[in-house]
Amino acid sequence: MLTGRRNAFLAWLLVLPASVLLVVFTHYPVIGTAWHSFMSTPRGRRPARFVGLENYQTMLADPIFWKAFYNNLIYAAGTIPLSVALALAMAVLVSSRIPGRGLLRMAYFTPTVLPMIAVANIWLFFYTPGYGLLDQFLALFGLGGTNWLGSPDTALWCVIVVSIWKEAGFFMIFYLAALQQIPPDLREAAAIEGSGRWYFFRRVTLPLLMPTTLFITINAVINAFRLVDHIFILTRGGPDNATSVLLFYIYEIGFKFWDEGLASAMTIVLLAVLAATAIAQFVFAEKRVHYQ
Amino acid sequence: MTRLGGENRLSFSLETLGAWLLGLLWLAPLLYAVWTAFHPGEYATNFVLTAPLTLQNFVAAWNAAPFATYFVNTMVLVSFILIGQLVLSTLAAFAFARFAFSGRDLLFYLVLIQLMITPDVLAVENYRTMYALGLVDTITAIGLPYIASAFGIFLLRQTFKTVPRELEDAARVEGCGTLGVLWRVYVPLARPTYIAYGLVSVSFHWNNFLWPLIITNSVSTRPLTVGLSVFSSTDQGIDWSVITAATLMTSAPLLVGFLLFQRQFVQSFMRAGIR
Repeated sequence: MLTGRRNAFLAWLLVLPASVLLVVFTHYPVIGTAWHSFMSTPRGRRPARFVGLENYQTMLADPIFWKAFYNNLIYAAGTIPLSVALALAMAVLVSSRIPGRGLLRMAYFTPTVLPMIAVANIWLFFYTPGYGLLDQFLALFGLGGTNWLGSPDTALWCVIVVSIWKEAGFFMIFYLAALQQIPPDLREAAAIEGSGRWYFFRRVTLPLLMPTTLFITINAVINAFRLVDHIFILTRGGPDNATSVLLFYIYEIGFKFWDEGLASAMTIVLLAVLAATAIAQFVFAEKRVHYQ
Repeated sequence: MTRLGGENRLSFSLETLGAWLLGLLWLAPLLYAVWTAFHPGEYATNFVLTAPLTLQNFVAAWNAAPFATYFVNTMVLVSFILIGQLVLSTLAAFAFARFAFSGRDLLFYLVLIQLMITPDVLAVENYRTMYALGLVDTITAIGLPYIASAFGIFLLRQTFKTVPRELEDAARVEGCGTLGVLWRVYVPLARPTYIAYGLVSVSFHWNNFLWPLIITNSVSTRPLTVGLSVFSSTDQGIDWSVITAATLMTSAPLLVGFLLFQRQFVQSFMRAGIR
């Protein structure tokens, strides 16, 4: 460690550029959002003025906000468990002695490096009624003619499927890294004891992977509230707001209706969700989800 | 090593089958896009092997929107962000890893906040800041919020901490100052971390959409992702083959890079993920 006054001065100089930018674009905006959530949106000649909780009242009285919030919960509940479970399955498959596992790993991982906006275009074509692949495939079984993205009952699930497809391969990577850390003699010892593969997986592998699972789950939660790119292409929040989620609705309020005050209040809700996630991570990590 | 018994062999074949079905399912959208983009429109959903190959869809897409400008914009953006991130993260990470100064730990926690609250979530407020700075609709404004990267600082700090002190001492004996030590000892030793971080950063910002969409509104600043979304949402008779060609075009540099350097990509993402 470099100590002393001169070094302390140098250290502050070193962290200064990054700190200034972080303050301007991360810390200040959090406080600014809170502040502006209590202010009215300036319109024409009328400047912003303090309105107390008015924006929050508007927000709570807005059925679309509740719809978006509820959709977001469904979106999270649909995406997180499935993408994490698939990621684990993929990692286990790819790290076993399956033929062509290099190619498989590539197949699983490819969606990660593709732009969400670009792949959403392809999926849009998949879902197109009549002409699209999904419909043509189902038509073989006499099940065609469904407007998957156009129906409020199915649209959100279409969005969820794309998210799972995009994320699972990314999460797989972390499981792969963790699986490599498991000492091979554990497996040998278990084999000598005569324990089956499933038993070994359940009693040894899975508990050892718990920290990774926590890490991945936290990331999946954050993404469930942040990953909205494909909604712009697939549904634009429709039909009838069936696929509008928090961040997407904030975008609409903030940059289509230009209601900054209301958008700030909604951003505060989103920040609260993220903060709760951070606290959850801290609590679980303290408890050590790990037996040794 | 255990030999596979009869029952095990069956389950092994089932696993292989399942793995490949899943793999096929995962690649299907991409394979399908390649098929559509390289064939004339009437074969878009008609999979006959005799279908004629064509590049016409790419030509049509390229001529229908200013993709050349979008490409340049994205490349400028990605390089600007990466260079800024590398410089700022290196300096800050070095301070956090090797200096004892008051307020260090608190400052580090303040940095880590950005891992949870990313700039896209704060778009409303950041737009206001960019407006005040007169930067709306510039490439600088797209990149600026990402230049200070908590992730980069964290990753490099971890790496710098593993550098043996003897190397640093030796460099000092040779007459290196503190910054000389950083440049000649720490930076070269952290090369794998730089590569890992670089790949993750480039693919993230090549693909980033929401903030660029918000802060840009003209052809001369739009990156590829925003350009593509504008292109595919303006009604042009919805020619799927052309849209798919444009889609592949915008993803091509990353995709080709990934296929060529697959191992580095996967390992980089792995390395970046282990915290």
